Amino acid sequence: MSRVFKWIREHLVVLAGILALAYLVLPNLVVFAFSFNKPVGKFNYEWAQFSTDAWTNPCGVADMCGSLSLSLQIATLATIGATVLGTMVAFALARYRFRGRAATTALIFLPMAMPEVVMAASLGTLFLNMRIQFGFLTILIAHIMFCLSFVVTAVKARVMSMDPRLEQAAQDLYATPTQTFLKITLPLAAPGIAAGALLSFALSFDDFIITQFNSGPTTVTFPMFVWGASQRGIPVQVNVIGTAMFIAAVALTVAGQWIGNRRKARS
Amino acid sequence: MTEQLRDAATAGGDVRLTGIGKTYGDFTAVHPLDLTIPQGSFFALLGASGCGKTTTLRMIAGLEEPSCGTVLIGGQDVTALPPYKRPVNTVFQSYALFPHLDIFENVAFGLRRRGKKDVKKQVEEMLDLVELGPFARRKPHQLSGGQQQRVAVARALINHPQVLLLDEPLGALDLKLRRQMQLELKRIQTEVGITFVHVTHDQEEAMTMADTIAVMNSGRVEQLGAPAELYENPATTFVANFLGQSNLIPAEVTGRSGEDLLLSASGVRLAVPAARCTTEATRIHLGIRPEKITIAHASETVPDGRNSLTGTVSDSSFIGVSTQYVVRSEAGQEIAVFEQNMERDTRITPGAPVVLHWNPAHSFGLDAAQAIDAGTGEEAA
Repeated sequence: MSRVFKWIREHLVVLAGILALAYLVLPNLVVFAFSFNKPVGKFNYEWAQFSTDAWTNPCGVADMCGSLSLSLQIATLATIGATVLGTMVAFALARYRFRGRAATTALIFLPMAMPEVVMAASLGTLFLNMRIQFGFLTILIAHIMFCLSFVVTAVKARVMSMDPRLEQAAQDLYATPTQTFLKITLPLAAPGIAAGALLSFALSFDDFIITQFNSGPTTVTFPMFVWGASQRGIPVQVNVIGTAMFIAAVALTVAGQWIGNRRKARS
Repeated sequence: MTEQLRDAATAGGDVRLTGIGKTYGDFTAVHPLDLTIPQGSFFALLGASGCGKTTTLRMIAGLEEPSCGTVLIGGQDVTALPPYKRPVNTVFQSYALFPHLDIFENVAFGLRRRGKKDVKKQVEEMLDLVELGPFARRKPHQLSGGQQQRVAVARALINHPQVLLLDEPLGALDLKLRRQMQLELKRIQTEVGITFVHVTHDQEEAMTMADTIAVMNSGRVEQLGAPAELYENPATTFVANFLGQSNLIPAEVTGRSGEDLLLSASGVRLAVPAARCTTEATRIHLGIRPEKITIAHASETVPDGRNSLTGTVSDSSFIGVSTQYVVRSEAGQEIAVFEQNMERDTRITPGAPVVLHWNPAHSFGLDAAQAIDAGTGEEAA
C-alpha cells in the first residue's frame, strides 16, 4: 500500500501534467479522428467508417477552399500591417515622452478590453456611415485594428526591458543611428515582434464576430464558412483543414524550440 | 597589437575641456569646469554618486550634450560631433555587451562599423591580449563578471581610440576580483599608452590606478593632483574626508612662531606649519590623518616638538595589521587613531587614559568656513 502511495507521490507532477495536456489536446484529437470519418447523413458527429476521402480531396466542398484562401490572405496582410504599425507605436510609447502618451497607452488596450461584439457593431456602423463598401478592405482594417493592441503590448514589454546602454555602446563603437537600429535594436526586439506577429495571425485567422459585422456579400472567410456550414452539417474537409492548421502550429513551435536549443548548445 | 595601439596613442590624445557644464532644467549636474587630461595619462574622476563625474565622462564620449563649453580631443573640437564620429571608446558600467552577439562579434563590432575587412586576425590578437582567446564563440551571458569586463575593455581598445573612457568599470565585481582587475587595467594602460579617463567612487581604486585624480563634489572639481599630493595636502574638508579618513579639530590661530602657526583647540596648544595651511582665516580645522598619530599611555612622556592631546580610549578594534582606536580627547572630540601592531601596549584598552602625539609637519590647516563633515558620507543634508 505504502509503495503505491510512494509511487503516486513521486509521479504526481507528471500525472497532473499529462491530465492538463490531455485536456488541451483532446478536442484536437477528436477533430483529427473525425477527419477520417465517412459520415452517414449530413452531420459528422457519429463515427461511421474509416475513409481518407476528405484528405485526398480537401477542396471537394464548394466555396471552402476559396474562403480558406481569403482568410489566409487577410491574416497575412493584417499580421504585416499590425506588426509594422504596432512595433512603431510600441517604440514611441516605450522610448519617448510626448503629449497624449498616457492617453495613447490606455486607449491602445481598448480593443482588448472591449466586448468584441460591441466593437464589431460600432465598426460596422462607422463603415456604413462613411459609405465604405463592405468587403476585403473593411475586414482588413478591422483586423489590423484589433491585432494592433496585442502587438503593441508584446513589443512594448520587450523594448522596456532592453538596456538603453546597448544602443549607446553601439554608437560609441561607430555605429550610425541606422546601423544601431538594424544591428542592435531590431535583433533585440525581435522576440517581442515575432510574438506579436504570431498572435496577430492566429487572432485574425479565426476571428468570426468582427468579420461577420464587417464583411461584404462575396467575402466569406473560413470561420464564416464553417459557421454557415454548421447549420447544414459541417463537411469532413473542415476537420482536415483544422487538423492541418493544428499540425502546422505544432510543427512551428517544435521547430522554434529546436532552433533555440541548437543555438544554445552551439554557443 | 600593442605597438599599433601605441602608435594611435602618440597621435595626440590630450583631452581639453573648457567651460564645460550641464544643466537639466533647474538642476546643475556639472558646473562649468576646465580640465586638461594630458595624453597617455591615467586620469581618474573621483566622487560620490551624483557628483557629476559620469555626466562629465558622457560629455567627452558624446552621449550627453553639454549645456555650455567645448570638448577638444587631440586639438580637434568634437563638441558638435555625435558619439560615432569621436575618436574615443567607452567601457560602460556593467559592460553593455551585446547579448545577441558572441564574444568575437562583440569585439569586432567597432571594426566592422568602420568597414574594416579581415577583422579576424585583429580580433584574435585582441582576445589574446585579454586572455579570452578560447571564449571567442561564447555568448556574453556564459562568461563570468571578470571575463565580461575584459571583453568590454577589448571591444573598446581594438578601435585604437585616442582616449579610453571607463565608467565605473569594476563596480560590479567582488573585492578580490576588483583588486586583480585594477592591476590588469593599469598594466594594459602602461602597455598601450592610451589616455585612460576613469570614473569611480572608490577612492582606493582611484589612488591605486591613476596618475592624476580630480575629486568632484556637487558638480565641481574640488581638487586635482597626484594621489599622494591629494592625500597629504587636501585643499578642502571634502577631500580630506573623502580621500581616506581625517581627524579635523576646530582650532583658533593665536600667533606665529617662525614657520609655524600657533593654535588653540579648546585651550589645548597645538601648531601647524604655515605653508600647510590653505587659509588666512583665524578659525581653522586642523587636519591629521589617523595613521600619523602615535598613541601612548598617559603616564608616558611626549617627545619635544610634537603636538599632543590627552584623552580616554572609548573604543578599540583589532584588524590584524593594525588596531583602530577611537579616543575622546580632552577637548571633547572623537579622534581616530590607526596603530601598527608592532609593540602593543596592553594598558591601552577602552577607558584607559592616553596621550596622542604627532609631528606638526604631518598636519594641515583648512578654512573653518567649510562643513567639517563634508565627504564623510554622514554629513547633514
